[in-house]
Amino acid sequence: MDEGLRSELSKQGVFTTTIEGLYNWGRRNSVWPLQFGLACCAIEMIATTMARYDLARFGAEVFRPSPRQADLMIVAGTVTKKMAPQVVRLYNQMPEPKYVIAMGACAISGGPFKQGYNVLKGIDRYLPVDVHIPGCPPRPEALIHAFMTLQRTIDSQRLTGPGRPRHLDAAAGSEFPVPQFGEHDLVPPSNPEIWQPPQLTRAK
Amino acid sequence: MEPLDQIKSRLEAAVPGVRLAIIPNDTPANQPSLLVDAEHALMAAKFLRHDAQLRLDYASNVTGVDWLDATLKEKVKVKKVVDGVEKEVEETVEKKKPGYLEAVYHLYSMALKAGPVILRQRTGNRIDQVHLPSLTPVWRSCEFQEREIFDLYGIVFDGHPDLRRILMWDGFKDHPMRKDYVEPDDYEYEPTPHDDVLEKAKQRRSADLKT
Repeated sequence: MDEGLRSELSKQGVFTTTIEGLYNWGRRNSVWPLQFGLACCAIEMIATTMARYDLARFGAEVFRPSPRQADLMIVAGTVTKKMAPQVVRLYNQMPEPKYVIAMGACAISGGPFKQGYNVLKGIDRYLPVDVHIPGCPPRPEALIHAFMTLQRTIDSQRLTGPGRPRHLDAAAGSEFPVPQFGEHDLVPPSNPEIWQPPQLTRAK
Repeated sequence: MEPLDQIKSRLEAAVPGVRLAIIPNDTPANQPSLLVDAEHALMAAKFLRHDAQLRLDYASNVTGVDWLDATLKEKVKVKKVVDGVEKEVEETVEKKKPGYLEAVYHLYSMALKAGPVILRQRTGNRIDQVHLPSLTPVWRSCEFQEREIFDLYGIVFDGHPDLRRILMWDGFKDHPMRKDYVEPDDYEYEPTPHDDVLEKAKQRRSADLKT
């Protein structure tokens, strides 16, 4: 809609919006996270929800204990290979629309414990991650910034057309295969549909 | 807390047939340990716990050590005939030391506020003779820690109430803390490799990774 016309109308007391804008406004201002702290980043996540850096003013009022009632999973902490199938199972149990924030170096790529025998090198091997927060641990302000980035992403999602999100697309699946415990490693070590190792080109 | 050789002699008197040795420790920590043979370890542990002067009732830490097969080179003077004249010549002799696994127990006395006394048990070898008696009946805190040693080193503790893996999953086949453990190859993406990760990264991308 023409911005000039919109401002003229709003001066007269007529407020206009689009269905898309209203729908996304409602969705982004009430993102309920799932209580999912694994390690030290969980303490920073808790600090973000407490008085000083209050996350509730962004709509994340309650951290839901059940995945069935949550729409955001903040993977905070090191994901061990023993825990990885459970993380994917919990993600599968969340109803659409659902988002994942990978908080901290461990959730992004294994972090400082990357060479560990039980450390999964990043939860984005099995789940589609929307926002990555670097840091060890990231400050509460960084988590708030990531939350705001997620809100901006939700705002820009269209209702129709090829770029529409998964929950409006009947053909897109919302559940991802759970990795199995193999004899030496998880089987498969990563989900090739979600994660391909990024190409590295070294400077000469 | 009495010195370790006094504990050793009293233990030898109390448990007939036990074979003990004191493993010295020349580091600044100065914590020599008492090596006990696997057959009499349980009796020795019970003595250490119930003896009135020691009363070691708290096993604060139980850990494992993996000793690989090692070859020691020693220079030995040997009489040899060189150029028709008998001389003493230095030769390097290789002695093979077979490897074993070890369980190390750090024992404290809460009643007498003393300690630590360090106890060691060794297995026969690293391959098939990996059984040791569990000291969980004597010190309850060994329960989880012996499970960890079973998981990571492969020592099977006989008499343990619940011996299963604790850190890795049950179907896992390897023992990760052994020195010859080969980790699975999931180093596909290494933006800043160094040291041994650099070697792995070079093998994967030998064409375009520079030193």
